[in-house]
Parts: sequence; structure tokens; C-alpha cells
Amino acid sequence: MPTKVYDGTEVAVSDDGFFADPQQWREEMAPQIALESGVESLTPQHWQVIKFMRHEYAEKGTGPSVRALSKTSGVSIKDLYQLFPKGPAKLAAKIAGIPKPRGCI
Amino acid sequence: MSKRIVILGGGTGGTLAANRLRHELGDTAAITVIDRDNSHIYQPGLLLVPFGLARPDKIVRPRARQLVPGIGYQQSAVDHVDIERREVHLEAGTVLPYDVLIVATGAALLPGETDGLTEAMAQGRAFSFYEPAGAAALRDALARFDGGRIVVNVVDMPIKCPVAPLEFAFLADWYFHRRGIRDRVDLTYVTPLDGAFTKAIASRELSGLLGRKGVRLVTEFNTGEVDAAGGRLISFDGREAGFDLAVVVPAHGGQAYIGRSPGLGDALGFVPCDERTLQAKASPDIFVIGDAADIRASKAGSVAHFEGEVLVRNVRSFLAAQPLSARFDGHTNCFIESGFGRALLIDYNYETEPVPGRFPGPVGLPLLKESRLNHLGKLGFQQFYWHMLLPGRDVPGLSRNRPRVGG
Repeated sequence: MPTKVYDGTEVAVSDDGFFADPQQWREEMAPQIALESGVESLTPQHWQVIKFMRHEYAEKGTGPSVRALSKTSGVSIKDLYQLFPKGPAKLAAKIAGIPKPRGCI
Repeated sequence: MSKRIVILGGGTGGTLAANRLRHELGDTAAITVIDRDNSHIYQPGLLLVPFGLARPDKIVRPRARQLVPGIGYQQSAVDHVDIERREVHLEAGTVLPYDVLIVATGAALLPGETDGLTEAMAQGRAFSFYEPAGAAALRDALARFDGGRIVVNVVDMPIKCPVAPLEFAFLADWYFHRRGIRDRVDLTYVTPLDGAFTKAIASRELSGLLGRKGVRLVTEFNTGEVDAAGGRLISFDGREAGFDLAVVVPAHGGQAYIGRSPGLGDALGFVPCDERTLQAKASPDIFVIGDAADIRASKAGSVAHFEGEVLVRNVRSFLAAQPLSARFDGHTNCFIESGFGRALLIDYNYETEPVPGRFPGPVGLPLLKESRLNHLGKLGFQQFYWHMLLPGRDVPGLSRNRPRVGG
């Protein structure tokens, strides 16, 4: 499994860069992951979504879909795309240090 | 005293659960099925309607008639469920107390969640074949269509029968070939997924099949707006897909009453439950079957079928105050019509991806491969559905556990 170094710590990631073990994630790592994904700086709104992603993962074992994310967080889908342009569900999951949302079957 | 079992929904899951429970429990339980209408649709038939291969009136039967004698049927919409008091409140004001509640109300189509989609459907620019009127309107629109761009678009997952839009694309290729105008029709499949399907091996196979049939594949497209006047789908990240006719599978959610029942559903209105025992997270006396459940399994009739036996055993255990011992393995089985009288069959569960091989045994139907036999299997399925699956009869050689196949 590939590894990455964030904030001076080596972490295991999947082939497409998602954390294998969410326990390895720390808030200090988020800005660097974000930058790699094309998100220049993390605003309080970004953080609101990142924390929500981690909460959902802890509760349900997977990150939410964009639609569920929007309904529960109260941030509209359009605004979520402003925050995480290449796809909020995946990008926010990556920055929040949780595995790729398993999507739907 | 007999136990009161209330089943919300008289579709595939609710009907087969009611019939199996009646068979197992007899007069020791009073079973009541609630549904807002009396039209049980054989949903796999909807795919065939737009191509003139099935008539809408031939795939609908009365719900109450699919229930074995001794089961009560009440036609009413549900207002809400009071989990604490163990009561179902119907829209008419009637209150039904229960000892066990089974949620089997499926998934609702939500075109209103996509900007412009409802308008595009009203104007005859976009069609959904997921309900009879839309499927019939699409049949008429296809008959008039003599060339141009058709997009087949899945707005968001999850959807019922995730292979149906792919089948639509395959059959559209066949349909326009048969009419002799395939070269004048541009077919594009637009999906929010990163491939044709969710499961990697099947996705490769099905993406290849789209390519061989000349259907373009556009992936990771999250439709934000349908612009009927401009004839284009617009994604949330600003990409566009132009069309003359759009076949759209709208976003899905749970039924509205779930949102009015505190604690029962999730953000999308589906009901979280244990994916093995089918017991709702909300309360131990609530069980879930079919599309209404928020589990990893596909929303498909075969899943409801395979869940039936597990659900009934666990409801029995619950009523007897025993631990729940039956486990659902996520078994899903889908025929995929690929046009020209052929079909593929895929079979998978929580642990195993669809793989090549034969089902259910070494001399069975070929898996993940086009064949005439699979097409005939799919055509014959409607009779099986009404006469075997809904009554809850066990089928020799076809158990709920997925057989070991493939290599």
C-alpha cells in the first residue's frame, strides 16, 4: 500500500490517495491534502464540512453522498461544489482523512 | 393473544413478506398490509414498455389479490409512524398499533430535486421510464424520433435496479437498428459513477459492451440542471451534455412519511437497518425489506426476494423473544438485457463481485456473458414473479445464500 507524509508523519493511503486508517489523520494534515487536491485554503465553511464528514464516518462507517451531505449539513449542493470543485463527496472525504465513500450499489 | 404485524407497502418486499409470514405463523399473528393504491406493478416490465415489448396494462395487477387469504389489506397513505408508542398513523386518521412493523415502502422518484427536470418532463423533452405513464410517453416519443442525440442519464445513486438505464441504452441501440436509422441516432450514457456500473469487473465488461454498441460513456457527471429549452444537461461542476431527447432516471429517496416519523429514516428517507438481520436501527420491533432499506445491497427485486426468508425467520425469533439468527449476505441477481435477443446475468453479494461462471450451478445460465438463454430467462421471469416469488414459494436450487460460482 502506498504511503504519504503529512505534517511529518507517514500515513498509509489507497491507490487514489484516501487514508487507509482515519485514526492516522490530524487536523494539521488537512491543509496539505487540500492543496494537493487543488483547494488552496481551508475556510471555516470547509472545516464545517470536513468535521461533518468525520462525524458521519464515525457514525456510519462511510462518508455520505453529496446529496446526503447537503441535506444533513444544510450547505446547498451548489455551495459544496464551490468549496470542493472536483466533487464534494470524494474531495472532502480525502481531506478529512476517511476512506473513499463506498458510493452506491 | 395473536401478535399484530403491520406491513407498510404492498410491493415486492411487502407482499412476499406478508405471504411468507402468514404461511409460517398462521392465526398466531394478525397481518395487515397497508398501501396507498391497489396497483402492483411488475417493475422489470417498465424497461420494455418504451420499445413496444410490453404494454403498461399487462404489467399491473391488484395488490390485494397477490396476498394469500387471511391477510388484511387496507388502502391508505401513511401519515407517520410513532416509534415510541408503536403505532402507525394513517392519513385518514386511523391508528394501527403493532407488535412488529415491517417497512416495505420502496423508493420514491424525486425529479423535483434536480433543477429544470420536472419542467423538461412536462414539456416532453425529458422522460422517466421508471413509472408506467412515463414509460408509455417515452414509447410514443421514441416512435416519433427519427434522428438526433439521445442521452440516458442517471442523476444520482442509489437508484432502483441500477442496471436498468444500461439496459435501456443497449435496447435503444437494438431498437434504432431495427428501424434502420441507427446511424442517425447519437447515443450517450451519462452517469455520476466513474464507470458503467458500481462493481469493478462488471463495470469493465459493461463499459466495453457500451463501446461495442457505439454508445458514448460520460462518467462522474453529477447532473445539477436540465435545460429543456437549450437541450442540455449541466453538471454541478459546469460540464454539459447536449440532447434532443433525454431519458433521465431521477434522484431517489424514501417515501415522505418516513421524513415525518422521527428517528426512523436517514437524510434521504431510507431506513437504516442491520444489513444482516434487517432489524431497523430505530427500534428492535421494526424490520425493513427491499428498496426502503439503507444497506449496501442493490435496490432490486431479487434482493427483496432473497431477504424474505431472513426477514421471516428473524421476525419469528423476535416474537418468541429469541436472538435473531438469520443473516442476509447481500445476494443480488440481475438479468441485463443487451438487445438483439440476448441478455447477461450477474450475481453478487456483500463480499463477492459479479464474476464469470454459471448460475446457479455448473450447467446453469452463463454469468457476465451475453446469451440467448439469459434473454429467455428474463422474459420468463414475469410468470415466476407472480406465481412463485410473491406467494413466497421456495424454489429448488435457488436459495437465499449465493452459491459459489466462477473462478
